Amino acid sequence: MSLQDELKAQIVKRLPELDVVIGWGQGYDSLHRTPLFITSEADVDKLVFDPLCVHNLSTYLTRYGSAKRIGVVVKGCDSRSVVELLQEKLIHRDKVMVFGLPCEGVADLGKVKRALAAKDLDMGRVRAASFADGDLVVTVSGQEIRLPMAEVQADKCGRCRYHNAVIHDEFAGQPITEAAPDTYADVAAFEEQTLEERMEFWREQMERCVRCYACRNACPLCVCRDYCIGQSREPNWVSQRDGLEEKFFFQMIHATHLAGRCTECGECERACPVDIPLLLLKRKLGKEILELFDYRAGTDPDAKPPLLNFKVQEDTINERGW
Amino acid sequence: MDKELRIVGFLCNWCSYGGADTAGVGRFVQPTDLRIIRMPCSGRIDPLFVLKTLIGGADGVLVSGCHPRDCHYAEGNYYARRRLEVLKRFLPIIGIDPGRFEYTWVSASEGQRWQHVVTSFTNQIHALGPVQRIGRQSLAKACSLGTVLEPLA
Ligand code: SF4
Ligand code: SF4
Repeated sequence: MSLQDELKAQIVKRLPELDVVIGWGQGYDSLHRTPLFITSEADVDKLVFDPLCVHNLSTYLTRYGSAKRIGVVVKGCDSRSVVELLQEKLIHRDKVMVFGLPCEGVADLGKVKRALAAKDLDMGRVRAASFADGDLVVTVSGQEIRLPMAEVQADKCGRCRYHNAVIHDEFAGQPITEAAPDTYADVAAFEEQTLEERMEFWREQMERCVRCYACRNACPLCVCRDYCIGQSREPNWVSQRDGLEEKFFFQMIHATHLAGRCTECGECERACPVDIPLLLLKRKLGKEILELFDYRAGTDPDAKPPLLNFKVQEDTINERGW
Repeated sequence: MDKELRIVGFLCNWCSYGGADTAGVGRFVQPTDLRIIRMPCSGRIDPLFVLKTLIGGADGVLVSGCHPRDCHYAEGNYYARRRLEVLKRFLPIIGIDPGRFEYTWVSASEGQRWQHVVTSFTNQIHALGPVQRIGRQSLAKACSLGTVLEPLA
């Protein structure tokens, strides 16, 4: 049985206990998948799982009241968000059923677009997409093009330590045994630039921000909804001006509010319509928190997030050093 | 010393604000670049206060609270210590020198220590000079584009 069929069978078996199961379905063209909300057995046939299932579906978990029982399909990275939500008691374990998957990596459609553009082809004209021997095979403008997954996969997948769902009630397929060490080489490389160059980088990137807040809305751990201080008048942290300072400060809010909580799932960056590398800010915090507290968010349901905790004598903070 | 810079201090009401007062009553000479904002506790200090201040153009930010074990609310400064340490380590990625932000502990009786903290922090900020701002330069850039275009009009 293929992984996808195994998953479908598990969902059919468990559906009677659940109000809805959230998975992925076919999107508006062959390269896009879209969240699928399964409420009946007939819906299960629409379920898809392949490296185009990029969305972290756990972001929907906090949008249902506690009266509903929700099933959610998760890849390794997505499952960490479920764990983090449990750690923070934002969802209840008995209200959530996790369908865990092993995942070898998802595609980055930005990279696909650029790879096709380099061959003078337009991603919008792709008529068919499939996977064979580690390649993404697309039919575009009458040609068949093979793009090696290694070249078009999301950066986060190349450094993934958690290919298998870290929490699950059902697990389809065979667990993947290898795991990459994440050395935060990207952060280190960025920080080889001078401080002036770094700020200039953000200036150029943030100039494009349209303040759509897609980054926040996609984030599974941004749960304040209408109370987000990035949009409230009282307190008025961010004004209605569309200057760089406002745009950048919104990112400071997102980053600091995710410190010690962010699982580096990369949804903020993926959702951004103007490709601002937002994950870099969050990875920097992740790196420092790992160094300070030896902590990775969303890996242990019983762990207390480090910024909600303290030690009277900290091991790694030289408090009087200044 | 050269022209005054803008340094903002967030001080807890119970210890450091008292310490600064002690230094003043004792007439200890201090640099005058620092503007103090009194907070109920160092645990009240949201790292966003510091980021807003720095991004908004302050050249330095100093946070000072009660020594660990002396917090008026018992635990506020323990939480603050973790948050502020993470914040300090975050600053380099956005192009702000981590030396522009320091946090420390000064008790109400430590007038002399307060004088030392203010003096060394002010010197540190003067060594770094004025802060670079994310918004300002783009304004300058837009203006310079304007002057380039002028002859064409
Ligand atoms: S901030 Fe970005 S990377 Fe972190 S949990 Fe939210 S969406 Fe994922
Ligand atoms: S998703 Fe991108 S454009 Fe939209 S608010 Fe976030 S950073 Fe700005």
